[in-house]
Amino acid sequence: MTPAKDDRLVGRSVARREDPRLLSGRGRFVDDIELPGMLHAQFVRSTVAHGTITGIDLTRVRQVPGVVAAFTAADLELGDITARLARPLSEFVPTAMPVLARDRVRYVGEPVAVVIARDPYLAEDGLEAAKVTYAPLPPITCEEQALAPGAPRVHAEAAGNTLVDVGLFATEGIDEIFDRAPCVVHVDVRTGRQNALPLETRGAVAQWDAREEQLVLHTCTQTPHQVRTVASRCLRLDERAVRVIVPDMGGGFGLKCVVGREEIATAAAALRLGRPVKWIEDRKDALSASFLAREQHYTARAAFDTDGRILGLDADVVCDMGAYSCYPFTAGIEPLMASAEMPGVYKVPAYRVRGRAITTNKAPTAPYRGVSRPSYVMAMERLMERAARELRLAPVEIRRRNVITDFPYTGVNNITYDPGSYLESLDLCERAVREAGWYDRQAEATAEGRHIGIGYSCFSERTGYGSAAFAQRKMEVVPGFDLAEVRMDTSGAVTVTTGTVSHGQSHETTMAQIVADTLALDLAKVKLHQGDTDRITYGWGTFASRSIAVGGSAVRLAAGKLGDKLRAIAAAEWGIPRRTPNWTGAGSVGATTRMSHSPTSTWPAPPTSHPICCPRTSSRASPPPPSSTSTTTAPSPMPPTGWWWSCTRAPGRWKSSPTSASRTAVSPSIRRWWRGSAGAASHRASRGRSSSRSPTTPRASRRPPASWTTRCPPHRRSRRW
Amino acid sequence: MNDTTGLGDDVQLITLDVNGSPYEVITAPRRTLVDVLRHDLRLTGTHVGCEHGICGACTVLVDGLPVRACLMFAAQAEGARITTVESLADSRTGELSDLQRAFTAHHGLQCGFCTPGFLMLAQGFLAERPEAAKEEIREVVAANLCRCTGYQTIVEAIDACATARRSQRPVGAEEDSCD
Repeated sequence: MTPAKDDRLVGRSVARREDPRLLSGRGRFVDDIELPGMLHAQFVRSTVAHGTITGIDLTRVRQVPGVVAAFTAADLELGDITARLARPLSEFVPTAMPVLARDRVRYVGEPVAVVIARDPYLAEDGLEAAKVTYAPLPPITCEEQALAPGAPRVHAEAAGNTLVDVGLFATEGIDEIFDRAPCVVHVDVRTGRQNALPLETRGAVAQWDAREEQLVLHTCTQTPHQVRTVASRCLRLDERAVRVIVPDMGGGFGLKCVVGREEIATAAAALRLGRPVKWIEDRKDALSASFLAREQHYTARAAFDTDGRILGLDADVVCDMGAYSCYPFTAGIEPLMASAEMPGVYKVPAYRVRGRAITTNKAPTAPYRGVSRPSYVMAMERLMERAARELRLAPVEIRRRNVITDFPYTGVNNITYDPGSYLESLDLCERAVREAGWYDRQAEATAEGRHIGIGYSCFSERTGYGSAAFAQRKMEVVPGFDLAEVRMDTSGAVTVTTGTVSHGQSHETTMAQIVADTLALDLAKVKLHQGDTDRITYGWGTFASRSIAVGGSAVRLAAGKLGDKLRAIAAAEWGIPRRTPNWTGAGSVGATTRMSHSPTSTWPAPPTSHPICCPRTSSRASPPPPSSTSTTTAPSPMPPTGWWWSCTRAPGRWKSSPTSASRTAVSPSIRRWWRGSAGAASHRASRGRSSSRSPTTPRASRRPPASWTTRCPPHRRSRRW
Repeated sequence: MNDTTGLGDDVQLITLDVNGSPYEVITAPRRTLVDVLRHDLRLTGTHVGCEHGICGACTVLVDGLPVRACLMFAAQAEGARITTVESLADSRTGELSDLQRAFTAHHGLQCGFCTPGFLMLAQGFLAERPEAAKEEIREVVAANLCRCTGYQTIVEAIDACATARRSQRPVGAEEDSCD
């Protein structure tokens, strides 16, 4: 093992930086925010699944002691929330979700009016005094009703109660494949509605900042910039007049990556009343009227040859998306995901799929953890199981014959699969089950007339979707990229800002690990800012396991660019010899090569010609021990890499500290960046790739850049790491 | 009487002993203990997850025993000793308690929303049953809900803390090697 690898923080278990505050009750979640003069909102919600509103009487609500105001849709005059796909009307029907229901309610729990009171208890008193009358309409509660000829429409514009009807793939000649196939199996499977149920319910605190002329909306969302966009449109404000801040978040699981209507109504009330307003979703509302997920129906057939190899897959997916399209993903989120991914880990040569989203009089749906994956995997696995029985193959064997083995593999669904060990995993799994004695127990049970089932299921999870995947869905707003900003201040501390938002994933630790490695800094010197639309121009938030894959890549590239600037500054300022740093161009990361892997105590004495020479500091609990066995093989032209240079431009502050005992006395500036950079390069060398990187000429004569801020959208770069 | 508090007319003055400090609170009888702790005393470490006694995020100790603070009126807690998550760390230095350190060492939390409830549950339980075996701990942990982490690491954290307390060695010492 190379010492450089030992030295890296990425890949090591480091103490989570969020933990001390979360463990000691010092986290700040939305409901922990208390602002002077703050009022509290709750929502009058529909008690019928489908109906026309014939009257809303809030007179008695306004008379309840402590109630400050009560607003209906007519009072607030807000714009609607409308999510769109750039598809023709035959494939996608856009439907508007009003912030508060206007004339029609489409599910039990739909917000009809907002009550603002001095206290949440009083707001709930107010709700009880509300009188809303409805002319009930026949509710559409299931797929069969929705698709029945002549069924009442949930949305007048959506014929057949169908919001999405897309055939993403249709291999030519697939019908003939099925006609000729020796084995065709069918399944008809459904999954029931689920609720993501983060332990922290949704919530928002809205306030108009008169000095900044800006709405400040604290809300627990996975996608703050999307909330900003929707808030600005609904409230008819410029986007710059909306600042969305995400405090600590108690889980999201996808439910919080869509824009809810309640946070917009809360903001509208705050604007109207000129006072801060807080809304914390009641658990009852979270259970019944929040965004749900995964009510799906698969009618599918698969064709197999006599050896059990799949010849074709033909699927019809119907997803009951409830009453409204979620923003920004639309009601297409589930059927399009299922359509794109259904072949999964199997080699499927021919594929046809029809994905439909239907609308019913139930709460709307949002992405939830893997979106359609559990459902379509179940459908696929049922097909495999049926085929295994038809063909008298062992369940493992039929899967073994069909899993993808040659990588990279581009499937019939246009997805290129990264190398995986599907076959090996399957074999390993079967062996483990066998060695645990389950097959023996099954045989014994069978002899006794009892049944023990052994089941196998295979799936791969596609994560970190790039823009191309969203473009394929034809989303009007195409997520995928993300921004990162890495900034060093004059004290040498680094601030990282991302467009991703941690809701339990510990980005404060992991993003800092990336930066600390890239710039060779102490972890303690790196601070993450996230979840604030005023701190970063744009971002797509956190969902689909994208934060490290996309956001973290952006962070690493930005940190690398900052590293290049620091080297340029050092070279220009102190005339470090050309051959000293061994760097590559902009965006490179840790481009220097290491002279030695040894720990601090073994570094040679600092060269006296250098203005600043300090031992590295380390915040790590247990620094890697000195190793006598590993030495660098390639002679390096570098000066001692155990010494680092600070880049602040105040030479008077430099201190020389020749021993490691003075770690705390050094000026708090760039930490270990020579060393860490070298570490990264050495790590690459250990993987046999460093030879392909040719060092470029140091730009010693270049002036230090005016700005030490680096922005880097990673979608512009294809560098792998 | 005019309502000047925003709490309705029917208010009362109660005295609460929270983390060893006395507090006087003007509150409505219907106000729950967790709301008084969070919003009147601003001890926001205790969280509200379900509002009906299922999730246990609001667990505090009342006279040393774990209690769902969302199912208890503040007025009912008068005269009792209430202990919240804020009491666990050293108030002067901020140093985490052995139980808190065990949670971080065993990755017993992700988003941290349920964590105060689990900590207080464990704190109360271990005080009562310092000899608790892992299976007992697992049984007790089933009282609360976590949506991120799963329960294995929480059970391990509490078990490690209990084990360490029994052998009186610092919790977390054995975890250093996993860094």
